[in-house]
Amino acid sequence: MSNLSYAAPTSVDDAVKLLAGSSGLAKVLSGGTDLLVQMRSGRLKPDLIVDTKKIPGIIGIREENGGFVIGAGTAGAVVEAHAGLNKAWPGLVEALDLIGSTQVQGRCSLAGNLCNASPAADSVPALFAAGAIAVVVGSKGKREVPVEQIPTAPGRTSLAKDEFILEFKLPVRPARSSDAYLRFIPRTEMDIAVVGCGISVTLNEAGVCTAARVSLGAVAPTVLLLADAAAILVGHTLDADTLAKLDAAAQAACKPINDKRGTIEYRTKVAGVLARRVAAIAFDRAAGKSTGKAH
Amino acid sequence: MNYIDSSLKVVGTRPLRPDGVDKVTGRALYSADTRAAGMLWGKILRSPHAHARIVKIDTSKAEAMAGVYAVCSAADFPDIPSEEAFVGEGPMNFRDLAQNVMARGKVLYEGHAVAAVAASTPAVADAALAAIEVTYDVLPYVIDVEDAMAADAPVLHDDMFTAGVDPKPTKASNIAKVVKFKKGDVEAGFAAADVIIEDSYTTQPVHQAYIEPHACLATCAADGQVTIHASSQGHFMIRAYTAKLLGMDMSNIRVNPAEIGGGFGGKTLIYIEPVAVKLSQKSGRPVKIQMSREDVFRGTGPTSGASVTVKLGAKKDGTIVAAQTVLKFQAGAFAGSPINPGCMCGFALYDIENIDVLGYDVVSNRPKVAAYRAPGAPIASFAVESLIDDLASKLGMDPLTLRQKNMAKNGTKTHYGPTHQNIGFEQVLAAVQTHPHWKSALPAGQGRGLACGFWFNIGGESTATVHINEDGSVTVATGSPDIGGSRASMGMMVAEVLGVDISMVKATIADTASIGFTHLTGGSRVTFATGMAATQAAEKVVDELKKRAAMIWEIQPDAVEWRDGKAFPAGSNAGGFEPLDLAELALKAARTGGPVNAEVSVNAQGAGAGFGAHICDVSVDKETGHVKIERYTAIQDVGKAIHPSYVEGQIQGGAAQGIGWALSEEYIYSNKGQMDNPGFLDYRCPVASDLPMIEAVLVEVPNPRHPFGVRGVGEVPIVPPMAAVANAIKGATGLRMPDLPMTPPKIRAAFDAAG
Amino acid sequence: MAKQYVSATINGEQSEFLCETQQSMLDVLRDVIGLTGAKEGCGSGDCGACSIILDGRLVCSCLMLGVEANGTTITTIEGIAQGDKLHPIQQKFLEHAALQCGFCTPGLIVATKALLDENPNPTETEARYWLAGNLCRCTGYDKVIRAVMDAAAVMRGEAA
Ligand SMILES: Cc1cc2nc3c(=O)[nH]c(=O)nc-3n(C[C@H](O)[C@H](O)[C@H](O)COP(=O)(O)OP(=O)(O)OC[C@H]3O[C@@H](n4cnc5c(N)ncnc54)[C@H](O)[C@@H]3O)c2cc1C
Ligand code: FES
Ligand code: FES
Repeated sequence: MSNLSYAAPTSVDDAVKLLAGSSGLAKVLSGGTDLLVQMRSGRLKPDLIVDTKKIPGIIGIREENGGFVIGAGTAGAVVEAHAGLNKAWPGLVEALDLIGSTQVQGRCSLAGNLCNASPAADSVPALFAAGAIAVVVGSKGKREVPVEQIPTAPGRTSLAKDEFILEFKLPVRPARSSDAYLRFIPRTEMDIAVVGCGISVTLNEAGVCTAARVSLGAVAPTVLLLADAAAILVGHTLDADTLAKLDAAAQAACKPINDKRGTIEYRTKVAGVLARRVAAIAFDRAAGKSTGKAH
Repeated sequence: MNYIDSSLKVVGTRPLRPDGVDKVTGRALYSADTRAAGMLWGKILRSPHAHARIVKIDTSKAEAMAGVYAVCSAADFPDIPSEEAFVGEGPMNFRDLAQNVMARGKVLYEGHAVAAVAASTPAVADAALAAIEVTYDVLPYVIDVEDAMAADAPVLHDDMFTAGVDPKPTKASNIAKVVKFKKGDVEAGFAAADVIIEDSYTTQPVHQAYIEPHACLATCAADGQVTIHASSQGHFMIRAYTAKLLGMDMSNIRVNPAEIGGGFGGKTLIYIEPVAVKLSQKSGRPVKIQMSREDVFRGTGPTSGASVTVKLGAKKDGTIVAAQTVLKFQAGAFAGSPINPGCMCGFALYDIENIDVLGYDVVSNRPKVAAYRAPGAPIASFAVESLIDDLASKLGMDPLTLRQKNMAKNGTKTHYGPTHQNIGFEQVLAAVQTHPHWKSALPAGQGRGLACGFWFNIGGESTATVHINEDGSVTVATGSPDIGGSRASMGMMVAEVLGVDISMVKATIADTASIGFTHLTGGSRVTFATGMAATQAAEKVVDELKKRAAMIWEIQPDAVEWRDGKAFPAGSNAGGFEPLDLAELALKAARTGGPVNAEVSVNAQGAGAGFGAHICDVSVDKETGHVKIERYTAIQDVGKAIHPSYVEGQIQGGAAQGIGWALSEEYIYSNKGQMDNPGFLDYRCPVASDLPMIEAVLVEVPNPRHPFGVRGVGEVPIVPPMAAVANAIKGATGLRMPDLPMTPPKIRAAFDAAG
Repeated sequence: MAKQYVSATINGEQSEFLCETQQSMLDVLRDVIGLTGAKEGCGSGDCGACSIILDGRLVCSCLMLGVEANGTTITTIEGIAQGDKLHPIQQKFLEHAALQCGFCTPGLIVATKALLDENPNPTETEARYWLAGNLCRCTGYDKVIRAVMDAAAVMRGEAA
């Protein structure tokens, strides 16, 4: 039987103290859509749950110095309803929106998705592509960490025991910039990504890419940021040659496994397919040619 | 009486179901929704191994824990001797059923129950399970059907000698039995054929995936009398098997039928009830057992997976002159797959002179299969209907025309014996031909598939009682659990016979102590057989009411006529009396002989066979292999739709399950023989966004053996979808996908292989 | 471990209960409070049978701790009808025969309520995606979607 304790601190300091002071396994709780499943299955047996949702600022979206700041525990449904974010970061919004059902959307958060550290997490490739910064708080104070440095292995993060993420900062968006995210799943909903791909680009007036970030999910132990693939895009429009090279670079970066959700061969091929499709959407959006959803 | 040609007032309309309000407000009580004072929580320990000898079960630590009131394992249950029985919807041995409920000596699949506890809270019960020490001697295991048939396969039961072969084998194997059917001379048929075509197919086990996990609450009183509250497809079945497995008299067990949250055949067996009773007997307290979804996947029956080959020979004009098939069905850990119906159904749709069918019932280290809608037929028809589609291409014929050319008609003799009578396959195919979906042009890039299906439907034993209440309202009680609106149909048939408004009639399900024996809700038998009992009970009541009116009027009963819910004098000779309605007759019942009721038990025969044809349009993403169902139409001969909405619902639900079977549902095993996807996230049933509207077209060719012309409707709709989808994929891509499920990786790989 | 005290507004009524920390809100509703309308089909967020509305948002009660309910407002299936007058969604589910076994129905009705509160005029596709987290194994969703669309029309004052 568990001797589970629960606390819902109302300040960062209290939360950090609880985490630091816990003698057993302490887990931070946001939406609980990973945590509760893991607890029920017996995979995770925490001694203390620190519910962060009462901490001021951890839920909500604000603009700061021309960029957006998203509270770490903000539910997917709240992010999806935010007009400004939809305009500036449609790829990130659609990636978060793909997580689970409407019910899961009512609870799931970016921080939970990132810190659960699943390689198949949907919002994470989009966060990587966006170049988001995690604001991490702990006993030693605040530090800002590029998101790609948070997950280190399946189920593992670089956060210390007394640390948690307070919010995410998204960079200021230059003109003609946009992003997109697609994943492949066998059904239309309620599946975990077999492959996910997030791409963010900036174009010049001629439609030539001047900056790009490309990220793939579910094809390696952690979500990947593909410098090679990004370099292929920079300096080019999306001509057939560039698309073919992007496809090849995406496939080359894959180090997937065979599991119940996909085979190595299939994941690798689909990574290339998605990279092409996502790039096309991101370019169109950046050029102002489309505003619709990618999925 | 027969009402087929009567003008009907209630039957065929769409009234609200009597149990509807409770079900839309959350008030209806399903199996896990009841509690009892002092109730304990029962939990079951399951084997982590696919195949192992149980060396020792040490429960002492669990028993010593605070809050633990009872622990049991096979040693607490009678050792049931081998006895062949018809369990659920298929054959099974009572010894096997007992050992499936609680492993004895060996565990035969991951998830096999080995022990159970009853404790004060679920958390204490979990901790107690963790404290039970089971010592296993792990054995080699086998999952796949072909592997299980191999000469060097690990053998599950050392007393299994293949039945149905001569001479009887002397070496034990995993082949429980061999089944053969022959008609004509298949060799001569192939010799006479202009075109011969052959292919091999595999299907995966799929779970019924009812959304309600199994649950029950058992209470054993000090005098040994037991009450069980559980949902199932037959509370008499629960009573009989619980009594059998515990060595009790049936009269000492009373089963209350809870509302049932889906079954599809999967709740025609027992898993937990004898365990809950045993724990209650040991603890002296009520015990509730509630399976988790994982328990349901690991421990309860899916249907068989199979490997099938089919060979067809045809004349140039499309006449199929020879048909041969070999079917190898997984039974799970114990003998008893639906191999017999599998052998019968695939070719039952066609009038073929020469047929040869060979079937194998094969055990392997998987959960024991349970019935699933039209058990066996979908597997056979996936193969046969796929090959017929390929035959049509090869002959350059339209797939509908080819089927029409060969379809079974009244008088067609089947290869398994009976001759088809009063069937409506011809009308179903005619309805395909004229349906706007079939006639519509196919949108660019899409493919269209057609496939057909057959199911016998069954009758059997049922009981119904009709009571005229003191105020003239009517209650009809039956012994058939209502799994999808059967209360409504029962009430409607009774209202029709009584000539009253449906609002006057309420249908209920009576417990095992309150009504005569009624066989399972399954095999699409309830509206047919229980409906027949209810109709006859209502007719008896009408006869009685006529007698009562005659008595009041002091005339002969045959001078009384029953019309529109009232007794009338039959013609002017009978006298000039004011008609008497139910309320007036009920009011006078005490003075005319007491309450007016009738109970009728039947063993219904003549369930009309059902045929269906499904049309499916798909588009396929060639780069990812993703299939989208664009349009779907299911046409079926339903005999007579008592409540058309619930008939359509059966067809739509069955089609959706078939689409899941076709595209996404499967058991995935780890390299340790453990199920890797025991949850709805990775066991992929179709969700709302996966499907289009499913148009259900009801063809009504009445079954003359039922008073209203009913034939069963619940099984047929799951038979055609797999081939309908496969044929549509073939149409869209040119690829024949012979292995279910047709997942995106398989389709992409087929594209790559085709270049 | 001492039980936790929780106070929440459930179906419009102030409700106080004690629960164990690890108990999910679904367990609390069913086993502590006695509201058994929300069902457990999976306990892991995959089926939607346990759907409730929490502070205006649709969530799975099996994915929420009972203690998290403190200070919140919750609507369950038992709170959808107004007294003995059915909500139009409930009425339309009945009229369209959108339930067979009815086990998924409480979850579907609660989810539909949340949908129509947010989007009174959904397209069929929007309704299908919104309800993708509510598994129904009986109906093939056809009649469910028809009931949802019809209920939406009635609530907009359009159809009869
Ligand atoms: C039915 C279902 C479907 C799902 N589908 C998808 C899907 O399609 N795609 C997908 O990517 N995921 C999916 N998930 C997984 C899950 O919903 C997501 O990972 C979600 O984003 C987790 O967020 P949460 O707020 O609920 O996390 P929680 O469960 O609260 O936390 C998850 C992990 O992150 C840690 N954590 C939480 N907040 C913080 C913080 N502020 N700082 C540091 N660590 C923190 C927790 O301690 C825990 O280890 C699904 C889950 C379910 C139940
Ligand atoms: S029980 Fe909560 S989603 Fe299935
Ligand atoms: S009506 Fe049975 S699961 Fe939906």
